[in-house]
Amino acid sequence: MQKAKGKIGFKGFVVIASGVIVVTLSSLYNRTTLLHNAKLDTSRRTTDSLTWPKTFGYGRVATTQDIAAWDIDIQPDGKGLPAGSGTVHEGKVVYLAKCAACHGAEGKEIAGQKLPAPALVSDTTFQGRKSNTIGNYWPYATTVFDYIRRSMPYTAPGTLTNNEVYALTAYILGQNHIIKTDAVINAQTLPKVIMPAKKHFITDDREGGAEVK
Amino acid sequence: MGKKEKLLMNRRTWLGGTLAAAVIHVQTAWGKSIQIPTLSSEDDPTKKIGPGPSKLGKRSLFEHPVRKPSDISSRTPLQDLYSTITPSDLHFERHHAGVPVIDPEKYELLIHGMVDKPMKFTLRDLKRFPSVTRTCFIECAGNFRTGKEEMTPQDILGLTSQSEWTGVMLSTLFREVGVQPKATWFLAEGSDAAVLTRSIPVSKGWNDAMIVYAQNGEAIRPEQGYPARLLLPGWEGNTNVKWLRRIELSDQLWMTREETSKYTYPVKDRIRQFSFDMDARSIITFPSYPANVEPGWIEIRGIAWTGRGKVHRVDVSTDSGKTWNSARLQEPVLDKAHTYFRYLWHWSGNETEIMSRVIDETGYMQPTLRQLIDARGVDITGYHLNPITAWVIKRDGSVKFKSESWK
Ligand code: HEC
Repeated sequence: MQKAKGKIGFKGFVVIASGVIVVTLSSLYNRTTLLHNAKLDTSRRTTDSLTWPKTFGYGRVATTQDIAAWDIDIQPDGKGLPAGSGTVHEGKVVYLAKCAACHGAEGKEIAGQKLPAPALVSDTTFQGRKSNTIGNYWPYATTVFDYIRRSMPYTAPGTLTNNEVYALTAYILGQNHIIKTDAVINAQTLPKVIMPAKKHFITDDREGGAEVK
Repeated sequence: MGKKEKLLMNRRTWLGGTLAAAVIHVQTAWGKSIQIPTLSSEDDPTKKIGPGPSKLGKRSLFEHPVRKPSDISSRTPLQDLYSTITPSDLHFERHHAGVPVIDPEKYELLIHGMVDKPMKFTLRDLKRFPSVTRTCFIECAGNFRTGKEEMTPQDILGLTSQSEWTGVMLSTLFREVGVQPKATWFLAEGSDAAVLTRSIPVSKGWNDAMIVYAQNGEAIRPEQGYPARLLLPGWEGNTNVKWLRRIELSDQLWMTREETSKYTYPVKDRIRQFSFDMDARSIITFPSYPANVEPGWIEIRGIAWTGRGKVHRVDVSTDSGKTWNSARLQEPVLDKAHTYFRYLWHWSGNETEIMSRVIDETGYMQPTLRQLIDARGVDITGYHLNPITAWVIKRDGSVKFKSESWK
């Protein structure tokens, strides 16, 4: 096996050597360097993946409990949303108790006052907006649930019940005039909420090259 | 220990003490008071034995490079560095809910979702897999500040740093758990109080992503993700999820808060999302504010980098952008890595502007702020903004940032 590979390398050398007259000096240099490396490859394997086992057998199989304990993410189609529900009204009560201290009484930017946390509420107009909020900038309603459940309240993350998170999501969406004040938010209704800002989002398609975009 | 030896020991310790005790207070560029030791003629180092060996080395008493912290980040003092590796304790930080304390004995990484075999790996497990070392930069996607003349490279774009990282290729773990062909995205989740998440294309995982547990030869620092983080060479810092606890494979993405509300930016009347690659960028770090220079020969120095591969060329202008010359690149030029450049210049003493621009291997040339505004509109934010940065050399030798405003 080793020997056969060496022979292939040698053939390669002959082919390139006969092409010397037509190649420029610099490309000759590149080619010989490449060839040099290629020759080294045959004498000692620089990659050992060929000899890797199918499995290393390190680690352990995760149990359903392992996964359930950490698997808290939500996708835009609603995958991952737990059982439970909440209303705008219920959300207001939780908001005032657990969020208003940082995000302001109504979640809105207050002129001349610097809140310790970003504004969550505005109108839904994208053009001319003062700051980015859930009303004018967030493309998916499921993100509101996911983010509040994993990260808020800032100083006590992970302490809210699923019903509280649903209710807070309802309250914030209601404040932004995205859902009606009597709406019930749950695993079925949340993914159906269409966010006003969604239409503005585009995926970066730049791949380098001369153009400045 | 003999009596004589003991005496010497005490004398050495004592000597070290006196030197440290003689200090003067000076103001740094940012008004912070630091202590600088003073030496008298009695402190001739050839006449006194210095302190002996110690367990942990420290910087010279005369060197004080420091990060510059704000509430949410701290910046690397690029103007104090001489090459491209960032000392680990000067690596920039950006986190969304502080630096967690994670017991390495309790640490586990869960990989699940569209895999044949959902698995949990301890830190010990991760270290047993075939390992790889690579040097690359990590840059925060929001790394541009402007506004006044008195700004250092650290102030302008100190949210970029470079380390030599060691860990396991993510592809090795993908193989181990049997990632299913229909999986197109994976979620990376941290175990800080933000439980930060990002959606990453699976192709990056197969390509050059790593789970790293070491930085510059030792265990990774807490601020950089101890005990293990995701490393996505060349991609925006935020996607390199620190304190990584979970990877989930899926055929759709998540639209997490960090890829919708944050790390997105206006381009005309649109919001651009998923700008993974960091655009090519460079900056002259010497001379830069707050340096003072004298007429004569000056070696202009700086760093250049691109998230799309290698730096191909760096041009330097010493006449306010009218003409450009190629700088010398320090070899080896590494993929997705800070690359040091140097350009020898003779300064006549007249006021001028010096600046650099990088060209990467895709043919992309670092743009001016004007070009970026023309392409994206005046509502541009600091996200993914990589303009040419110019320094004004004044007749008195002071160096000031050429702060351009765009509104
Ligand atoms: C102690 C202060 C504090 C409290 C209390 C708090 N938050 Fe926050 N919140 C913050 C901070 C700070 C941020 C920004 C975090 C960041 O940028 O990483 C934030 C961000 C958010 C965001 C994302 C905003 C955006 O535009 O990206 C939402 C949504 C949110 N909080 C909801 C809540 C809710 C709901 C509650 C009550 C359960 C709450 N917060 C309680 C401080 C707080």
